[in-house]
Amino acid sequence: MASVCFYFQVHQPLRLRHYTVFDNNHQYFDDYKNYGICRKVANKCYLPANRLLLELIRRYDGRFKIAYSITGVLLEQLENYAPEVMSTFDALAETGCVEFLAETYYHSLSFLYSRGEFAEQVRMHSDRVEYLFGQRPRVFRNTELIYNNELASFIESMDCFDGILCEGADHILGSRSPNFVYRPKDCNKLKLLLKNYSLSDDIAFRFSNRNWSQWPLTADKFAGWVNDVNGNGNVVNLFMDYETFGEHQWEDTGIFNFVRHLPEKILQHPDNDFKTPSEVIDSYDALDTIDVPHIVSWADTERDISAWVGNAMQSNAIYELYRIEGQIKETGDRKILEDWRKLQTSDHFYYMCTKYFADGDVHKYFNPYDSPYDSYINFMNILGNIKLRCLRIREGGSPGAGVLTGLV
Amino acid sequence: MKVFMLGWEFPPFISGGLGTACYGLTKAMDKLGIEVVFVLPKMVESEYATHVKLLSPGSLSPSLSSLRGAEFKKTKFRLIDSPLQPYSTADVYQRQIEETLMHKRMGHSGRVSSSSQFISSGDYAGDMYSEVQRYASVAARLSETEEFDVVHAHDWMTYPAGIEVAKRSGKPLVVHIHSTEFDRSGEHVNQMIYDIEREGMHFANRIIAVSNFTRNIIVERYGVSGDKVEVVHNGVERNGNNQLLSEVGIKKEEKVVLFLGRITMQKGPEYFLHAAKKVLGVMDDVKFVMAGSGDMMHRAVEMAAGLGIGSKVLFTGFLRGEDVNRIYKMADLFVMPSVSEPFGIVPLEALENDVPVIISKQSGVSEVLRHALKVDFWDVDEMANKIIAVLRYPPLGITLRNYGNFEIRKLQWRDSAVRCSRIYEQVTSEAVGV
Repeated sequence: MASVCFYFQVHQPLRLRHYTVFDNNHQYFDDYKNYGICRKVANKCYLPANRLLLELIRRYDGRFKIAYSITGVLLEQLENYAPEVMSTFDALAETGCVEFLAETYYHSLSFLYSRGEFAEQVRMHSDRVEYLFGQRPRVFRNTELIYNNELASFIESMDCFDGILCEGADHILGSRSPNFVYRPKDCNKLKLLLKNYSLSDDIAFRFSNRNWSQWPLTADKFAGWVNDVNGNGNVVNLFMDYETFGEHQWEDTGIFNFVRHLPEKILQHPDNDFKTPSEVIDSYDALDTIDVPHIVSWADTERDISAWVGNAMQSNAIYELYRIEGQIKETGDRKILEDWRKLQTSDHFYYMCTKYFADGDVHKYFNPYDSPYDSYINFMNILGNIKLRCLRIREGGSPGAGVLTGLV
Repeated sequence: MKVFMLGWEFPPFISGGLGTACYGLTKAMDKLGIEVVFVLPKMVESEYATHVKLLSPGSLSPSLSSLRGAEFKKTKFRLIDSPLQPYSTADVYQRQIEETLMHKRMGHSGRVSSSSQFISSGDYAGDMYSEVQRYASVAARLSETEEFDVVHAHDWMTYPAGIEVAKRSGKPLVVHIHSTEFDRSGEHVNQMIYDIEREGMHFANRIIAVSNFTRNIIVERYGVSGDKVEVVHNGVERNGNNQLLSEVGIKKEEKVVLFLGRITMQKGPEYFLHAAKKVLGVMDDVKFVMAGSGDMMHRAVEMAAGLGIGSKVLFTGFLRGEDVNRIYKMADLFVMPSVSEPFGIVPLEALENDVPVIISKQSGVSEVLRHALKVDFWDVDEMANKIIAVLRYPPLGITLRNYGNFEIRKLQWRDSAVRCSRIYEQVTSEAVGV
């Protein structure tokens, strides 16, 4: 049996506006730019992809299934800037063939810096998903698939989740295959789904690459690769950014046509089916235990977190951000707390990455800055201002204290 | 390939990037085995101005004579007795020549050079433009005693010489543009200089620009066809003789922001001062050092006083040698706010000395440097914003320094020399074809 498990990550950060040390207002986010990018991606990706997947779910009458993880910061933007996208997600949710996963509301790296804040954001996100789509997430995926044993244990201890996702990196699997369900080390109940990065990246990265020996990739060919898993595995986890469809791979590459024909080709084999992550977890037993003492992610070739905290600026910015958690929460000011949380979105640190700056490629995608240095300066100036706001409230006798006791 | 190069005195004996570029390029060519006859203007004896110590008879040309043996194997130096100096203006020239002539009359010029490197060339002309023409005819005469395949001239003062030599020898001419009159003078161009530049560019078989920035000016302002202009970026000389910090012996309570270059309109000193004013409005423990001299020096001093930051701005005058190293050691940040900078070698030197840099976007060097902060020269708010950021957030300076120092290793004069030699081959083969 080979179950194809599609999960799409759907996220856009709230980009910061140009903020100098001389600025002294609380408008940190570039509404105009965020609106523009949100509309653009909605038109090129979210709308056409949602409509296509809805059509496929209806056509295959419950046999084609998918999963999404939509960040809180994007949900807010879609509600404001592209409500028609929200209605299509709504329609998808109503089919019963779509699962929504949990993550941190702000697409943050909070697990690495503050467990309390992390748990708070995971709850916020699950609440929002339940409110919007009528289902409480049962499977957790961390920002950028950042994962280690500790995360799995922590998630199990939260007692709200049955499963967790992770990159199927070679160094954690050894000779094992990503095409089975596993158990995280030190967990009793939680199951682990590993991304089949080879087949996922064939779609997400290589699809339009004419230098790739397998180009052009057809649904037939891809279904053949999935069929090969039969007998050697239970599940093919295809995890990727949703923006793959129409944004990373433009429509003229034929990506939508590929998706349109894929269910038919996959289902031609009688042993194949589509499952959501929860169904996979319910259907298959854990084959073995996976030990991940060191942090892995799905980023770059290193599969580590150096894209976010790899240089001195990044570590400094993120350290300074979490260092003021106490001050922020003490103010009891809802707006300050929200601004501080929006600054946690991992993209802000990604823009400060100098790894590929010289080559100028990978990290360029919708990056609003000319250089990682500009992004760091901007971030630190805003952080300076938010600290000042805390200070003012503290000195002014904290008028809002106590109001937020439920939140902090 | 043999090159007749019309260049300039090497550092540290002159200010500015022109001598530095001539040095780096020629040295790299020498290493590539290209034979160069390097012709430059130099006073035989002089007791005036800043050159008092440098040209004492006992060390007639310390820079050249000492360099020749150690660093140059294929290069022959020929000196033409002339008071021409790069970046000079007609007024400055006038003043200097009058001083020189006075000294000569007073009998300070009794010593005659015994060096065969020198070619005696009669009396200097009384004004700069005539001197440029006189230099051209002396150079042309000198060229008759040399064999070469191509003529290579650096910046406008040598273009008439380049043209003369090319005409007399029938060899192709390459002119190398390190700066244009528009960079130096904005819109108030000196017509005479512009005409000389234009004539040089039009006569030349090929033009080398130090950046795309400069190439655009050449095409737009001088009516030159784009296919004639090649871009060859400058390199950076890594001397690697960094000294210990303890030698400086300065306690650093205050941060030091450095401006280093000629204090002229082109270099944007007033933007530096306006940014300084804004920085000091936010933080107090900063000193701004302006190292250099130039025709805007007095105005800059007055402006600092007028802005009420006189005590926070230090003017050191023109620095050379060890003083330059010392000032880099003191600096937390180097700022180059140039209004129009064809290339800009100084930021590379600053990075080589582990000083992070802010450079204006209106510079050629910003085309090759990624690990630098970049601002529009007129955007003093942003300049101040970035200065404060470097001073306040240490990880910024650390990252800029680490990557910047690494990045400049890729900018080698060797690559510039290789590009030039390809251009030589093109023009010489074209000349044969015609």
